[in-house]
Amino acid sequence: MKYATTMIVGAGIALLAAGLFMPGWLTFLLTLAFAKGLVVMGLLLLMRAGLVSFGQGLYYCLGAYCVGIAGDYFETQNALLLLLLAIVVCVALAAVIGLLLCRYRDIFFAMFSMAFSMILYGVLVKSSAFGSSDGFNVKPPLLFGWTPTGESGPFLAYGLAVVALVGVGIFVWRYLRSPMGYAGEAVRENEIRVEYLGASVRRIIYTKYLLAAAMAGLGGGITALAAGHIDPEMAYWTTSGEFVFIALMGGVGHAAGPVIGAVLFELLRTYAFQISPYTWQMILGIALLVIILYLPKGVWSLVERVTKGKPL
Amino acid sequence: MNALLETRSLARNFGAVTAAADIDVTINAGEIVGVIGSNGAGKTTFINMVTGYLAPSSGEILFKGKSIVGKNPRQVMRAGICRSFQVAQLFPELTVLDNVLIAYGIMKHKILPLMSPLATKANIQQAEQLLEEYGITSYMAETVVTLPQGVRKLLDIALAMLRKPEILLLDEPTSGVAIDDKFELMDTVMRAVRKSGAAVLFVEHDMEVIARYSTRLIAFYDGRVLADGAVSEVMGDEKVKELVTGHHLDIDYEREVEHA
Repeated sequence: MKYATTMIVGAGIALLAAGLFMPGWLTFLLTLAFAKGLVVMGLLLLMRAGLVSFGQGLYYCLGAYCVGIAGDYFETQNALLLLLLAIVVCVALAAVIGLLLCRYRDIFFAMFSMAFSMILYGVLVKSSAFGSSDGFNVKPPLLFGWTPTGESGPFLAYGLAVVALVGVGIFVWRYLRSPMGYAGEAVRENEIRVEYLGASVRRIIYTKYLLAAAMAGLGGGITALAAGHIDPEMAYWTTSGEFVFIALMGGVGHAAGPVIGAVLFELLRTYAFQISPYTWQMILGIALLVIILYLPKGVWSLVERVTKGKPL
Repeated sequence: MNALLETRSLARNFGAVTAAADIDVTINAGEIVGVIGSNGAGKTTFINMVTGYLAPSSGEILFKGKSIVGKNPRQVMRAGICRSFQVAQLFPELTVLDNVLIAYGIMKHKILPLMSPLATKANIQQAEQLLEEYGITSYMAETVVTLPQGVRKLLDIALAMLRKPEILLLDEPTSGVAIDDKFELMDTVMRAVRKSGAAVLFVEHDMEVIARYSTRLIAFYDGRVLADGAVSEVMGDEKVKELVTGHHLDIDYEREVEHA
């Protein structure tokens, strides 16, 4: 366990160091990918319990709007404070919605979660105070009063994304090996047995839902700080679909799966758009089909195959 | 005798259908009670009501003198009543070891930890001991879905016994198990039960198994208790012969009990 923690921290330090020499566009692309990776790590917790949420856009968007609104109304640019606020607000909302959602499974869970994110989308589109469908700009973040300028401008958000990724990555890695992590798989496999062993299935799902909301809020907050602009599209169902897409692409067998998936997704989308601006979605679709057909457990299964000799 | 479990006028209806009615049963500490009855006689409904899976339509269930009606399966199980299932309820895509580790993880913590590892050396050792007790250590690394029926049943019962229940309810423990293996399975289970001192109520269709392992027998018919008493007495009951077992069984119950 200490070895894995050291590896994750080491990878984080390497990413931070690499960030100092990266071109701005790559720093920005990776920041968005890592932010999405955070959201998908939360989704991973739910998917391992057999629950597919098509509504993580709700917390992604809410986290981003918390950062934007708090920055404007409380006149603060303190990145850590804004991200903390995003997490707290998302968990508070999840604590209410989760009470209802933890009663549902399968398609009902997916549709209910999507419905809530679409409600937020509808509210934001109609709210002129928050820029309606155009959204609004977010003030550049400060970290202890410092903000990088010029070429190294995107580095602060990138650094925050890497640190968050390392922290959440270590948490998820340990979580998957904990009794609660195993309990998620147990819920997916047989809820009756879980209850007859003495654990509450609803409580397990509720806990996972709260954690997933916190991670999505953090991801949304980092995206807002990195992009400097937020709009209601972040809550639209296609954004939530993107997260499921990334989860399938990267795989949910390991904490690293979502990060690999998110980076691949962002790279693929960027180059697909460059190659074919009008049909880039088709390229993404074909890529997903290929992965489902040949790597049904995601790209991570390829890593497992190489390192552990596991079948695909 | 110390009454561990008592049901009084227990009944359950599904709309116009009466699945169980007027069930008065007492299980004393250390007893091994067999339950027989044809399909639809109310045996599983009875177990489901006692273990909180089904709420009774009326009646009372007392465990050590206290009512447990309205309690959910978790509360019933934590109180000391555990069960196995007609179709083994396991985690089919996980290994046998993972099944036991999950059970330990849940059993040991009221609030499941988020960060501490489950598959520690100590927990694995404990799991191995349990599997050894039930003679299924060799299957430890296998996925449940690939296991023979008898091993699944044993694992199901082993998980139920983890909490050291005061009463263990077994729903058809030998159903789906090969004829040659059923006595071995029951011997293993009874050995573990005797060691723990738990009372057992087991539903069974195999009369040889009933005769060999039960100290008392209850016959169900049409949702009601038809007879309750010593095995030979219940088996000899004319109504039981007519409505439950049929007339043509040729088992020496006294000899089977001695054999056990």
